[in-house]
Amino acid sequence: MVQRIEIQLKIDDARSKIIKKEINEEFSNLINNVVVSDVYTLDKDISKDNFEKIKELISNPICERISFENDCDFGLDFDFALEVGFLPGVTDNVANTASQVLKDALGVEIPVYSSKIYYLSGDLTLDNVKQMGEFLSNTLIQRNHIKSYDEFKSNNNTMEKIVPKVNLDDNKKPLVVEIISASDDELIEIGKKGILDVESGERRGPLALDLESMKTIQTYFKDVKNRNPFDIELEALAQTWSEHCKHTIFAAKIDDVQDGLYKGYIKRATNDIRKMLGEDDFCVSVFTDNSGVIKFDDDYLISDKAETHNSPSALDPFGGAITGIVGVNRDTIGVGMGAMPVINGYGFCVADPKSKPELYRGLNKTNPALSPEKIMKGVIAGVNEGGNCSGIPTIQGFMNFHEDFRGKPLVFVRTVGLMPKEVCSVDSTKKKAIPGDLVVVVGGRVGKDGIHGATFSSEAMDSGSPATAVQIGDPITQKKVSDVIIKEARDLGLYTSITDNGAGGISCSVAEMATECGGCEVDLEKVPLKYPGMSAWETWISESQERMTLSIPEKNWKQFNDLMESRGVEAVVIGKFTDSGLCVVKQDGVEIMNVELSFLHDGQPKKELKTIFNKKTFDEPSLDNVKINKSLVEISGKLNICSIEFVNRQYDHEVGSGSILKPISGVGEIISDSSVTRPILTSKKAIGVSQSLFPRYGDIDPYNMASCAIDSSVKNLVCVGVPFGKIALMDNFCWCSSDEIERLGQLKRAVEGCYDYAVAYKAPFISGKDSMYNDFKGYDKDNNPVKISAPPTLLISSIGVMDDYEKSVSSEIKFEGDLVYVIGETKNELGGSEFYSYLGEKETGKSYIGNNVPSVDFDVNSLTYKKITELIDKKLIASSMPVNFGGLGVAFMKMTVGGNLGLDVDLSNVSKVCDLCDVTTLYSESSGRIVISINPNDKEEFEKILSGVQFNEIGKVVSNKVLNIKGRVQEASIKIVDLETKYKETLGGY
Amino acid sequence: MIKAMVMTGHGINCDRETREILEYAGFESEIVHINDLISKKKKFSDFSLIVFAGGFSYGDDLGSGKAFAAMIKNNLWDELIEFKNNGGLVIGICNGFQIMNHLGLFGEKLGERISALLHNESARYICKWVDLKINTNSNCIFTKGIETLRVPIAHGEGKFYATDSVLDELEKNNQIVSTYVENPNGALRDIAGICDVSGKFFGLMPHPERAAFFHNLPEFHKLKEKLKRDGEKIPYDADGIKIFRNAFNYLKNNN
Repeated sequence: MVQRIEIQLKIDDARSKIIKKEINEEFSNLINNVVVSDVYTLDKDISKDNFEKIKELISNPICERISFENDCDFGLDFDFALEVGFLPGVTDNVANTASQVLKDALGVEIPVYSSKIYYLSGDLTLDNVKQMGEFLSNTLIQRNHIKSYDEFKSNNNTMEKIVPKVNLDDNKKPLVVEIISASDDELIEIGKKGILDVESGERRGPLALDLESMKTIQTYFKDVKNRNPFDIELEALAQTWSEHCKHTIFAAKIDDVQDGLYKGYIKRATNDIRKMLGEDDFCVSVFTDNSGVIKFDDDYLISDKAETHNSPSALDPFGGAITGIVGVNRDTIGVGMGAMPVINGYGFCVADPKSKPELYRGLNKTNPALSPEKIMKGVIAGVNEGGNCSGIPTIQGFMNFHEDFRGKPLVFVRTVGLMPKEVCSVDSTKKKAIPGDLVVVVGGRVGKDGIHGATFSSEAMDSGSPATAVQIGDPITQKKVSDVIIKEARDLGLYTSITDNGAGGISCSVAEMATECGGCEVDLEKVPLKYPGMSAWETWISESQERMTLSIPEKNWKQFNDLMESRGVEAVVIGKFTDSGLCVVKQDGVEIMNVELSFLHDGQPKKELKTIFNKKTFDEPSLDNVKINKSLVEISGKLNICSIEFVNRQYDHEVGSGSILKPISGVGEIISDSSVTRPILTSKKAIGVSQSLFPRYGDIDPYNMASCAIDSSVKNLVCVGVPFGKIALMDNFCWCSSDEIERLGQLKRAVEGCYDYAVAYKAPFISGKDSMYNDFKGYDKDNNPVKISAPPTLLISSIGVMDDYEKSVSSEIKFEGDLVYVIGETKNELGGSEFYSYLGEKETGKSYIGNNVPSVDFDVNSLTYKKITELIDKKLIASSMPVNFGGLGVAFMKMTVGGNLGLDVDLSNVSKVCDLCDVTTLYSESSGRIVISINPNDKEEFEKILSGVQFNEIGKVVSNKVLNIKGRVQEASIKIVDLETKYKETLGGY
Repeated sequence: MIKAMVMTGHGINCDRETREILEYAGFESEIVHINDLISKKKKFSDFSLIVFAGGFSYGDDLGSGKAFAAMIKNNLWDELIEFKNNGGLVIGICNGFQIMNHLGLFGEKLGERISALLHNESARYICKWVDLKINTNSNCIFTKGIETLRVPIAHGEGKFYATDSVLDELEKNNQIVSTYVENPNGALRDIAGICDVSGKFFGLMPHPERAAFFHNLPEFHKLKEKLKRDGEKIPYDADGIKIFRNAFNYLKNNN
């Protein structure tokens, strides 16, 4: 039988209040009251006595009441009861924990499913409640059930008992796919729509293999194998050859660049820099592993990796983001012999949360896209849960807003790791599976999660089929895996190699590790499953989360497995590494995959791409009517400039006790561009972390978008005290429509910029990632087809090590009387600026773009950054604010708000070379500029060191809380409190 | 040699830094997995101080601290009572305080829950530095000689709740050890931390281990610039370390 336990707070409940507020904001105050219950549905009976035993373990009698099989009437008055639970197969972390507690207390395994009941009061119709159900849940992964008060009462005071158990047919037999004799049309069909399922007559979802790739596979099976492939072989090839895994666009010959964008520019930049640095080279392992690795000190290394999780986040923002952050954590756990995650970062590119675009994936208003607000809140919550539960400080991040992120958001997640240089006296970055080692999978079980996620549609789902596209991370399972591997197993030397399971699941991780020794043989039936009934190919490519794959010498297996068992972590041997040159997979002893590793990894036909780039010109707006005082207050509240404190406040950025420069800085609590963290509490060394992106510059010239992002991500770190010349970078390209020649032209421009500026700054790329198709295709409310392409976006992340955290510098001004300087030349560079965007939105409702996009003079800026490093080393800087979005005006705003002190500045000298009007001077986003405040006693030494660099003393810090700006023509006098209010109110309500 | 144990497992995540800071305070400290206690590989009685460290045990899935407390109740309860009877010290920080609440370690009758930590008034996780006022009349061993404390909070469920009569009783016994100067989470009577009547079992929502060093302070950059201009040295310690030193000194003097 099925039993239900319901728990409800019997006192005032903050959660209910907030839910009421949110519903009422959306449904014009329809609700008078909401009471929320937590429900556990047990798929196995427990006795009343046993319930008494566990009752007080799962509820707190001080504040909660509990009912077992409706044995206690909570006596609620309400109009509708709305229950929200998961669909079959969706990860249910709460239920898993409840099940563990029951097992520990009662000694029996009891399957549990969790849900929530919202008891709603108000003048409501059934339709209202249905809409509220959709508002409170995500119908892709959750189910809603509604009962009116009377229905509820007549149903014995309860909702229906629903057990969302996965019921699958018996596993389908491996299928032989006829491709040897297949026509080109059929090959195209298989590549595009997938393998034809004989029983259902439907195709299984796209392999994303083009005709050329399909023909290569056809020839391979015809000539080398003399047989047709099994379905699992095609699916595995599709995974391994996917854009996601092999970065086909970056690998392809492009125009006359034989080596392609990655080898020809990105990797070449790093190689060239490492040669130039010689003995000072701080790279250790770059591009070859799950994360990039650089030196930290004599004993330790640090790793860094930034990932995106865009498509899943568009469908299920919470699930997409949590899976993203715990996924990039695994890129840390799986780098070298394993690094401990010590810093998390995030970046969310979304549309204005107040905008309400009406977009549908299907015709006739079906399958609506989520609203920007729902996406924003969901992705924030996903990283909240993933990061906070994992105990990794989320100390660095950003949000970027652009209307063209309304179709598809970009969700960046990043993790920095710490690892000893040597593990068991061996270089910790070297790993090698040895023939004869066991293939071991550790962590979560395998379900249908993430299989052909891209083709997912809700229509395909019925009540018994698991939600396959959306995965929900389980940070606690992963935390257990991470702890036992990084804190225990690694240093015992029990395994020879390790990697994470991400895209492609074990099909990719095992085949990847197999290249270290030359082969693998897997017995698929040994893979632990979440539920029975999965087909072999599904098990092989499933992207179920929280799994690591290791190679373990047979003699170590018992010790390893005992350790895992003692920590409550499941480890299973699924096969052996070999030197056969083959990737062999068997199911119950029958061979269903036998493919040469060389073909699997290198058999893919190389693409050749052509590009075209034409620089566009845009209208140049007039600045005649702009008043600097009014505009500076208004721009302080503009998205991309305003405070995102509400995000950083809900992320634990203090765990680890290492935070030094925090994401929120100064008494006025401004958002920092960089952070500084001490990962080892007995060392003075610290890690600086920052990032930069300028999607708007890409409209004018992606080359400048790249050069400015590199310049600014380096500058941000230099400003807090990371020495210039010791900074490493990561590139994340999020492009759109990458099958279009113009988009590829933009891409090539950006990549050229990456090479030029990384080399100029001797800042090597250590890791990178690309996501090439960030487009939304659907319909508006009138059935007109709509395509929204996310702006081509290059995120540059930067990281570096500083020797002494005590020398770190924050950006807000600190003491009255301090002198204020602007370093660097201000030029007429408002193209793509936040100011133009502000002005356009104000005057026409749409951003202006303009043409004078900032260009970066790397010789001048290199010298500047070198000098800043020297000044910080000599402790001659009290505060330094990198000038980024919004130019000098925004820099002054943040410095004054952060320090809660005033500034008196004269801008007439700031632009020496170009003769600029006050508005341009205040808002130009010219690169290489920093605003600095210093102790007046240090003036002489400060200026002496800066000789050779353009600098201007522009004024001083004053005690009255006013920002006074004197320009050539205009003057402004703005109260700090007015700036602060604007800066904080835009997103302050979220 | 005075030994401290930091309990870990199932999502506890402040174990590493808590151990470091205990070492810095003078302890010999060890991180012990709860499963090693359950399997009797380790014993409470080998230690003089037990720290229930912060984290997200079981992901706060059934409500913060519930599942971890259930594991202790089911498997380690007698050992914990024995530890208390032998005069051992316990501090629970954040998730550890939530666990101690569920275990019922603060009331007259051991094992009986008297209080709860509810969702913050904002229903949102908050990471923020706060100022605490310490009740100098309390006989809490951990806070001796401390009057105020600047520490970060980082929790979603930190609103202290108990009935009026329990709150009156706690107040009367000076068991309310620390209160917020500005209440961040809606805690009744601004309570941030309480102790049992002996003063040996102490729990609090804020994280003193994250406030052990001067450079952890959010004002660090301004303070150090001021010290530099005044020709003074930058100190290494901040007030949070005193909590752990107090425990160490007490155990040193009472053994």
